[in-house]
Amino acid sequence: MALTPVTNQTPAFTAATSAAAGAILGLFVGTAQGSGLMGLILGAALFGVMGFVFSSMLLEQQKPIRWLTIAAFAVAGFLMGGLPALVLGALFGWFAGWFIFWIATSSYRKHLVPYLTPGQVLWHYGFRVICGAIFVFLITPILVVMPLSFNAENFFTFTPEMLRFDPAGYSLRHYRDFLTNPDWQQALWNSLRIAPMATLLSVSFGTLAAIGLSQPHVPFRRAIMAVLISPMIVPLIISAAGMYFFYSRIGLQGTYVGVVLAHAALGIPFVIITVTATLVGFDNSLTRAAANMGAGPVTTFFRVQMPLILPGVISGGLFAFITSFDEVVVVLFVGSAGQKTLPWQMFTGLREQISPTILAVATILVGISICLLTTVELLRRRSERLRGMSPS
Amino acid sequence: MKLRKLSALVATTALCAPMAFAADMADEMTIVSWGGAYSNSQNKAYHEPYAEKTGVKIINDESSNEAVAKMRAMNEAGNITWDVVDVVASDAIRLCDEGLAMEIDADEMLAPAPDGTSASEDFGDLLVSDCFIPQIVYSTTFGYRTDLVGDTPPTSVCDIFDLEAYPGKRALEKRPINNMEWALICDGVAKDDVYDVLATPEGQEQALAKLDTIKDSVIWWSAGADTPQLLADGEVVMGSTYNGRLFSLIEEQDQPVAMLWDAQVFDLDGWIIPAGLSDERKARAMDYIYFATDTQRLADQAKYISYGPARASSAPLVGKHAELGIEMAPHMPTDPANATNTFLYNYEFWADYRDDIDAKFQAWLAK
Repeated sequence: MALTPVTNQTPAFTAATSAAAGAILGLFVGTAQGSGLMGLILGAALFGVMGFVFSSMLLEQQKPIRWLTIAAFAVAGFLMGGLPALVLGALFGWFAGWFIFWIATSSYRKHLVPYLTPGQVLWHYGFRVICGAIFVFLITPILVVMPLSFNAENFFTFTPEMLRFDPAGYSLRHYRDFLTNPDWQQALWNSLRIAPMATLLSVSFGTLAAIGLSQPHVPFRRAIMAVLISPMIVPLIISAAGMYFFYSRIGLQGTYVGVVLAHAALGIPFVIITVTATLVGFDNSLTRAAANMGAGPVTTFFRVQMPLILPGVISGGLFAFITSFDEVVVVLFVGSAGQKTLPWQMFTGLREQISPTILAVATILVGISICLLTTVELLRRRSERLRGMSPS
Repeated sequence: MKLRKLSALVATTALCAPMAFAADMADEMTIVSWGGAYSNSQNKAYHEPYAEKTGVKIINDESSNEAVAKMRAMNEAGNITWDVVDVVASDAIRLCDEGLAMEIDADEMLAPAPDGTSASEDFGDLLVSDCFIPQIVYSTTFGYRTDLVGDTPPTSVCDIFDLEAYPGKRALEKRPINNMEWALICDGVAKDDVYDVLATPEGQEQALAKLDTIKDSVIWWSAGADTPQLLADGEVVMGSTYNGRLFSLIEEQDQPVAMLWDAQVFDLDGWIIPAGLSDERKARAMDYIYFATDTQRLADQAKYISYGPARASSAPLVGKHAELGIEMAPHMPTDPANATNTFLYNYEFWADYRDDIDAKFQAWLAK
């Protein structure tokens, strides 16, 4: 449903806008080929001409023209760089066709309110492009890692075979290495032993601290709070060095318990902050009502308060878990080789031998993180639905 | 109710865990090394046979890179967690001077050669410190992409500085050691005079000026794995790294790379034992060292990695690569064909001048 009646744009406007888009794409392609300026000029010229021709003469045959553009770009890509360039070319062709007709037929105005000025329309789409660019900037390094982890070679390199989509260029050997190499298995096992225990401690202590500190009658609340969340603010390396010397004196350095305690200390601030945030909306008359009906403080906590602050506790726990699971600085100090965790193994692996096994592990961890976050989010929505609250 | 049970469980676990660890400490030892293929070769040649013979459980810690800093910290904290540490000779000398490593009398504590030659004679000049038992001789040398250098592959270290004949990036280590020496040699200084010249401020300027000519084409590396990765990528045409890394790149990974042995710099890597171990742990560490540095074991390590054994008596025993089945002798840095033009890392010079030249080098890098 169109919100605004639209008329077609003039060829000159279409050509100019398309040229701008072409210039940006050309800049990328040109930089990859060695000359950004050449790419910019050629891209602008190509898109500009296409925009002019399409919008002045071929506006009626939108569909065939767009397919033709895709085919032409794909063939051009194939001639330039083989199979991978064909895919890229097709994508570019699709974009070119879509963009030119989108501009030429003024489709971009259809869903906007009619009173916007051209500047506001430009900002409307410019804002989305900027957001998209930031998203791409954040996600690309992670995405690049994934195909590389299926590399058949022992290096962080896109080999010619991989770029040709030759199956011989891909393999699961790095995943096999991760699953069979005792060093990696030991590291995985250590991480799985340390992180849940540290999370359990952080969640218990952090929740208790948050509840205590939310009572108005506790003296020095702000000072205590500051001390408790200091591990998050003090540079990690300082905490790590301090813990190293302290734990050495009391015999905890290089032990499982030492690492768990250190990670718990790092996780507590996250739990305190998230739980305190949920406690802000907690109605204290509920606990008084529970007490009035004869429930002890422990029962009140588990039956009344806990269910209401559970979302905060869970997300705090999740942060604590991820902190421990990803942490490399403190464990290098407080742990010894017997407590080598996955991040530790990845760190030394990156320094001593750049092996794509690290990429395979990274891919697996990203997968696990996504599953974990999705599960938690689904659970949260479910519980909110059950309690009759709208999912936010 | 539930809560009480849970907290009791948590408390018991927390109390029991350290005891469990203390109990099995007695037959464990932590050996610190470099990781990667190097640790792997030690695992195969030393750790596995030793564990089989004695039943000791060996934990590998891959922290040799920061061994000096960590041993200082351990000493300060009064909590030595390492039993045997693999370090390069210059680190061993520093640790020995600071009293952090134990002095070891080679003849008394190490195995003699099979023909009865004493250990100190067998190791010879390589015993560069009282605390240090050398294990291997490695070299820092150049590898180049055979497909990127045209029809005339480089033959001399000075080709590194020849941007016209070999355009493209080069990988050099991000420290003055070796680079300064190579720069001076290629600037016309005679090999015997290199350290005399480098001791003067003018000589240091001269070396940096020579490096300046290729500065824009250099990618600086700091970990041994960097150059092999850059060569495999084709990101650099040539680059310096440890010869064992290049061996693995060429022979095991089958990359189009060749070695340029010219002006390779020999260095030593070996064992130290931290000072201040309990008697029980010291005895175990000594037992391990006795086992791992005898003639046969040192030769065994060369089956897995192309570093030369430090004992003279081990050299004839070097055989074939354990997996590839190729003769290892021609891949040793000490092989006569490779060792026509070599340097030995000048420990004394760099001990005296390192800080000074380091500062100048870093300032030059930042310019």
